[in-house]
Amino acid sequence: MSARKLELVCPAGTPAAFRAAIDAGAHTVYCGFNDETNARNFPGLNFSRDELGASIAHAHKKGAHTLVAINTFPRAGAVGFWHKAVDDAARLGADAVILADIGLLDYASKKHPNLRLHLSVQAAAANSDAIAFYARAFGVKRVVLPRVLTVQEIAAINRDIEIETEVFIFGGLCVMAEGRCSLSSYATGKSPNMNGACSPASHVEYREEDGELVSRLGGFAIHRVGASEPAPYPTLCKGCFEAGDYKGHVFEDPSSLDAAALIPQLAEAGVTALKIEGRQRSRSYTESVVRNFRKAVDDYAAGRPVVAGALRDLTEGQTTTAGSYRKTWR
Amino acid sequence: MWNSKDIPLFPAVGAAVLRFAPLTPLSLAGAHLVKTLIRRHPSLFARLGEQADKTFLIDPTDLPFAFRLAPHVDAPSLETVRREDAGAWDARIGGPLAALLGLVHGVYDGDALFFSRDLVIEGDTEAVLALRNAIDNEEIDLATELTALLGPLEHLAAAPARRVSSLVGSWFGVALTREDERHA
Ligand code: SF4
Repeated sequence: MSARKLELVCPAGTPAAFRAAIDAGAHTVYCGFNDETNARNFPGLNFSRDELGASIAHAHKKGAHTLVAINTFPRAGAVGFWHKAVDDAARLGADAVILADIGLLDYASKKHPNLRLHLSVQAAAANSDAIAFYARAFGVKRVVLPRVLTVQEIAAINRDIEIETEVFIFGGLCVMAEGRCSLSSYATGKSPNMNGACSPASHVEYREEDGELVSRLGGFAIHRVGASEPAPYPTLCKGCFEAGDYKGHVFEDPSSLDAAALIPQLAEAGVTALKIEGRQRSRSYTESVVRNFRKAVDDYAAGRPVVAGALRDLTEGQTTTAGSYRKTWR
Repeated sequence: MWNSKDIPLFPAVGAAVLRFAPLTPLSLAGAHLVKTLIRRHPSLFARLGEQADKTFLIDPTDLPFAFRLAPHVDAPSLETVRREDAGAWDARIGGPLAALLGLVHGVYDGDALFFSRDLVIEGDTEAVLALRNAIDNEEIDLATELTALLGPLEHLAAAPARRVSSLVGSWFGVALTREDERHA
């Protein structure tokens, strides 16, 4: 018997990565403008208006969809900048926009009633009441669930709501309920929620000191690794600190999400779409990960066993975890 | 799927010979190459934005010299330098030549090479990211860029140059064309 087909939602940080994702079998690609309206506002990354228009047209020709992430929170006095991003995404033919801010959802639902709205993980809607509110108030059609829920909690949410759910299946982990973490603001004055980059590169420094690689963020040393250890991203939540008698990864180990083995359970929990993290990664990463997961969702749909764990070398920490989907506490 | 153990090192004998190679011809070719890149890939520089004003030390750690890249739109240069004469730079990207070429050809993922410690970055992280992302988007093929230096003779030279690049690449264990990278 064949199972339900899951939609694979894949990242693209550049037009080349976008094409690579489509070629590798993405059903849907998500991406953002090259400014602070999206939560991956990294140097050299993202799309100009022209690039986005061409990429959407390419996706449509290949039968794929494009979601445009406008998922930071508009700055007071500058909301027009975010409104324009929504207007441009609609004009360029985006299949949906991924939004987090209530004001922006309100604007988009009124100004573009035919534009499909997805609720970003940045909105941190983690229970059925919150999700139902967004659906009722703005006509949101899909919610991207925060990476803090177990499979059982996801199933419970899906039983109570009438809109689609999308969950992260692979990539870097953001342990805090997204949209609410202030660690980056504390160390650098810049936040993923307002400026679109957690631990922005402009505040990161790597230096070899006494045979160790030391990473600093905003002047704070957050990690030291020996020559044979994997290097981590410079995010504060994955730093090594001393707290009382404990010395180590106080918040989170630098390992990445790989929930491929949970695809059957997530499907049974009523999930519609699986999302791959990594708009900041190369087209080589996009190609490998998308191809792998397309095979996994096809295998699941055809009733074949899903093979997991083939992508460890591409991940931060070079170790993977099922994250909160299978919650165990230290 | 690759892993760090698969990245070949430039043969030590070849590196020893290159220790005595004159650098001026390489610098002249480099200057020409970077000017041709600007002409052929304007979006690369658009993506670099203000980071195009920075100076990068591209440091193939298995070669006896490094490259000083200044992708300044008005006066771009790619100079071959001995490490001790490298002068000031804003950002350094170091790793085996094959890893650096693999990044240009989009075969390796920069973050994964960084996690596995095959790639070292120092200095201005923002500039490194901008350069890496801009290059990744261009789908550059080094052999094609080198034949483009021949101007009108480019079409005549393309096929033989590709064969020579493949041959030279296989001698030294590095892929000089995107096609070779895919088969590596
Ligand atoms: S510090 Fe960690 S938890 Fe906080 S936003 Fe950054 S990645 Fe997420």
